[in-house]
Amino acid sequence: MNRRTIIGLAASAMMLGTSCIPSFAEDPIKIGAVVELSGGGAVAGTNYRDGAMLAAKEINASGGVLGRQLEVTQYDTATDPQTSRALVQKAIDEGAYAIWGTVYSSSTIVNMMVAQQAGVPQITGSEAPNITAQGNPYIFRSSYGAQKGVPALTAYFKDTLGAKKVAVAWVNNEFGKGGHDVFIEEMKKAGIEVAADIPSEAGAADFASDVARIKDSGADAVFVYLHEEESARFLREAHKQAIPQPLVGEVTLTGQKVIELAGEAANGAVAHVGLTADAPLETFQNFGKAFEAEYGRTADHNAIKGYVSAYMLKYGTEKAGEVDREKFINTMHGLCLTAEEAPGLLLDTCWDDAGEMSRASFIMEVKDGKQVVTGTVPAN
Amino acid sequence: MEQFLQVLLSGLATGSIYALAAIGFTLVWQAAQTVNFAQGEFVMVPAFFVLVAMNMGMPFWLAMIIAMLVSVFLLGYLFKRAIVEPMQRQGHGNSLSLIIVTMALAILLKESVKEFYGAEAQPYPALMSSETWNIGGAIISVTDVLHLVISLGVVLLLTLFLDRTRTGRAMQATAQNPGVAEILGVDTNRMILYTFLINAALASLASFLITPVYLAKFSNGEYLGLIAFIAAIVGGFNQIRGALAGGLLIGVLDNMVATYLTAEYRAAIPLLLLIVVILFKPEGLLGTSEGRSV
Amino acid sequence: MKRNLFLLAGLIALFLLPIGQGNYFILILCSWLMFTIAAMGLNLTLGYAGQISLAQASFIGIGAYVTAIMTLAGIHWILAALASVIVCFVIGILIGFPALRVKGHFLAFVTLAFNQLVVLVARNEDWLTGGSYGKFNMPRPDFGFYHIRTNLDMYYMIVVIFVIFAVLMYGLIRSPWGRAFKALRENPIRAESLGVDTRRITLLAFAVGSASAGLAGAIMSPLVQFIEPNSFALLHSLKILLMVIVGGAGYFFGPMLGAAVVILLPEFLRFTEGYYLIIYSAMVIILMVFSPAGLMGIGEKILTKIRPNQQVRKDMEKGAQL
Repeated sequence: MNRRTIIGLAASAMMLGTSCIPSFAEDPIKIGAVVELSGGGAVAGTNYRDGAMLAAKEINASGGVLGRQLEVTQYDTATDPQTSRALVQKAIDEGAYAIWGTVYSSSTIVNMMVAQQAGVPQITGSEAPNITAQGNPYIFRSSYGAQKGVPALTAYFKDTLGAKKVAVAWVNNEFGKGGHDVFIEEMKKAGIEVAADIPSEAGAADFASDVARIKDSGADAVFVYLHEEESARFLREAHKQAIPQPLVGEVTLTGQKVIELAGEAANGAVAHVGLTADAPLETFQNFGKAFEAEYGRTADHNAIKGYVSAYMLKYGTEKAGEVDREKFINTMHGLCLTAEEAPGLLLDTCWDDAGEMSRASFIMEVKDGKQVVTGTVPAN
Repeated sequence: MEQFLQVLLSGLATGSIYALAAIGFTLVWQAAQTVNFAQGEFVMVPAFFVLVAMNMGMPFWLAMIIAMLVSVFLLGYLFKRAIVEPMQRQGHGNSLSLIIVTMALAILLKESVKEFYGAEAQPYPALMSSETWNIGGAIISVTDVLHLVISLGVVLLLTLFLDRTRTGRAMQATAQNPGVAEILGVDTNRMILYTFLINAALASLASFLITPVYLAKFSNGEYLGLIAFIAAIVGGFNQIRGALAGGLLIGVLDNMVATYLTAEYRAAIPLLLLIVVILFKPEGLLGTSEGRSV
Repeated sequence: MKRNLFLLAGLIALFLLPIGQGNYFILILCSWLMFTIAAMGLNLTLGYAGQISLAQASFIGIGAYVTAIMTLAGIHWILAALASVIVCFVIGILIGFPALRVKGHFLAFVTLAFNQLVVLVARNEDWLTGGSYGKFNMPRPDFGFYHIRTNLDMYYMIVVIFVIFAVLMYGLIRSPWGRAFKALRENPIRAESLGVDTRRITLLAFAVGSASAGLAGAIMSPLVQFIEPNSFALLHSLKILLMVIVGGAGYFFGPMLGAAVVILLPEFLRFTEGYYLIIYSAMVIILMVFSPAGLMGIGEKILTKIRPNQQVRKDMEKGAQL
């Protein structure tokens, strides 16, 4: 081996070395977006993904997180809990700093155990109460759980409507059952009788008997806790059978998609809404415009959850001061951020030690095919 | 009483659409021994052809005609020529392989609609106004009545066609005994093709009727396919009126059970009915024991 | 001799496969073997006895729930797995008996309905099954000398179970009962005239097939540590049926190949993003239209072409089929 080659080797080794060191600090932060992009949850998952990707784009355009870009890899769970579990594992194997998703509670409840075992923070779009009740320190919500959302309606049933008897129509899956169980409990506490308790299948198309039963149940008001499309079909059947009771629900009863599908049948429906691009606040409306400009359709609450998830990661990591999973979760627990310092969260928001979130919310009513805010519920 | 009437009428209206899907299923089954697991998707897809045609600027009526023609070509002609025929030529037309192919076809149709049109439910224009009538306290819409009238009309026309025309009788002969029909000079292959075309047309019709109620969605076929299948077996798979009766019976029973017995287990009733019928009257409620077994 | 060497190589490959692989890939391997067990059971019903069952996923479900309920109550996994297998065998007899009374493919329809009913019961009977929340945190088995903890441990446990299962299955097919299956498939009328009780044999095949799914379920519980009703929906029964058909019904190792294709192919096609199911289903249609006997059928066709020696080929065919 002559001298020349030795020098050459040394030079190339040095070049390798120098090219390695700075790139280490600028390495992108890997994120695994494990979302329902196909199967029954495709609509919710796609919206969540699009909201998150919009936020990631904004974050990267404005200098990233602590100077590092976000590199988001998408994983499609096909709305299958076991696949979602395997994919969270895969995302972690591939070096994800944090996980975004899943939206469906039945998936989150399974895959959150994997992230917990690996010590990887996970920001979910799920709302089932039991997710933050497992004592898992790595899970954070991007919208509050049903156990917080549904009780906000109790006062509406009791004081505003003066209901003595109510009926409840709910979808018989993880999501619907979570809301249903909380609602029944709340009604018991408020001394309101549940006159009809009617579950239906996810994807159900025929609500004739459900509506007929509610109509005859003697209830003063109806709590409707279904997914968007089923809500639209329910509203149309209720309109057809000219049901006299007021229909009250959560965000899934009055969303833009529901109004589009149900047409005039949606008028008069009332809902407690945590996240809506129609909220009378500048932050929400700016987000709504940005989303529409990017994807050519209106944002729903799942899109907002995705958007908030991405920004939670940014603000939490920046508050922690470095890209460190343990520091991130310790910072997030008990963190409160205002909309001024963290505009990406859209509203003043706090997280407790279980990863549950609290923020203000709205009571909305559909009037002439438009959602109108009729009241505000303070953070609880 | 009002409630009973309401549930009965609603059940008949939905049941009549199940019947349309079940009739086509029965025809193909008889003629080609093909259990079509994609039948539900055959009902889901035509509505999207209508939406595509309307997005291209066509009026609703023209879009429906185009969608019907496209469906008959793709889901009738092409299905028969490109899939069923080659498999039957290899001696596997009656086998499991064909069943698997129809299952894969169901996934292909569903996923294609989702990828190329959209995963979200789409509003779909109704054939009739949303006007409603009040019959003894029960509220029934013009659309509901239309569904019933169309289903009954189709059964009547089909029965007349099969019994009174030369082609119809040749089709029946093919279904009952293809060997003998062939000897008698019937072009059995052509007759089988006709049943596939009729099936696609019936599925399109069911699609145009049900989609305004169900909303246009890629996953609509999953439930409809299963119900069409159960209705066909329960009613009697070798009789058109059997499929009609099966569809109506399931529509009514489903709604009655959900109203008066149990909402949790409403989906179990058609399944239990299916099991009971198979165990005690395998030829179906209105079926005759003659003719070929499955 | 050659055949034994081949089996040995396969066995060694099974042990070497997960080495150096990530957790995700090991999980995929585990579910591949688990589904192979269920699919081999179905292959007995379908490939040897000629009856379609669309309830295989629900039997996995029954096995998984039985195991989950028992292990969560502190009973050892071995006993729970045994109970799962027995329960599925008995239920198999109970539904198979009346359904097979009628000639024709009625077992397919009865099992289809049964699968849906099982899912409904699992979802609505919260007190037993946990309803739509399902059951979670099932313990992984502790064999005293060895406590299964990681996915890799789980994989080796499944390999051992799989090998024992395959040997038992092979023994069953080689036994007089197994030969009766074969006689039945090739010529039911002749089999009957020779005094084979076709109904009893078919029923036995179905019950053993169901019990195999119960075993797969018993594995699933500690493997994924979470079960909920939708994991056992009809769609999954169709998937298992697909495994058997794609692999080639009636070939002993067909289900292994079929399960690999059904489970792994979507992984390879994932780069196509949303289109993978479209490509996948289109490939299945094309495969079936051109080779209705499945992948093993293609392999055989190719073998016939390259090896004109008829004698050798016939031996091989016999070996592969039995």
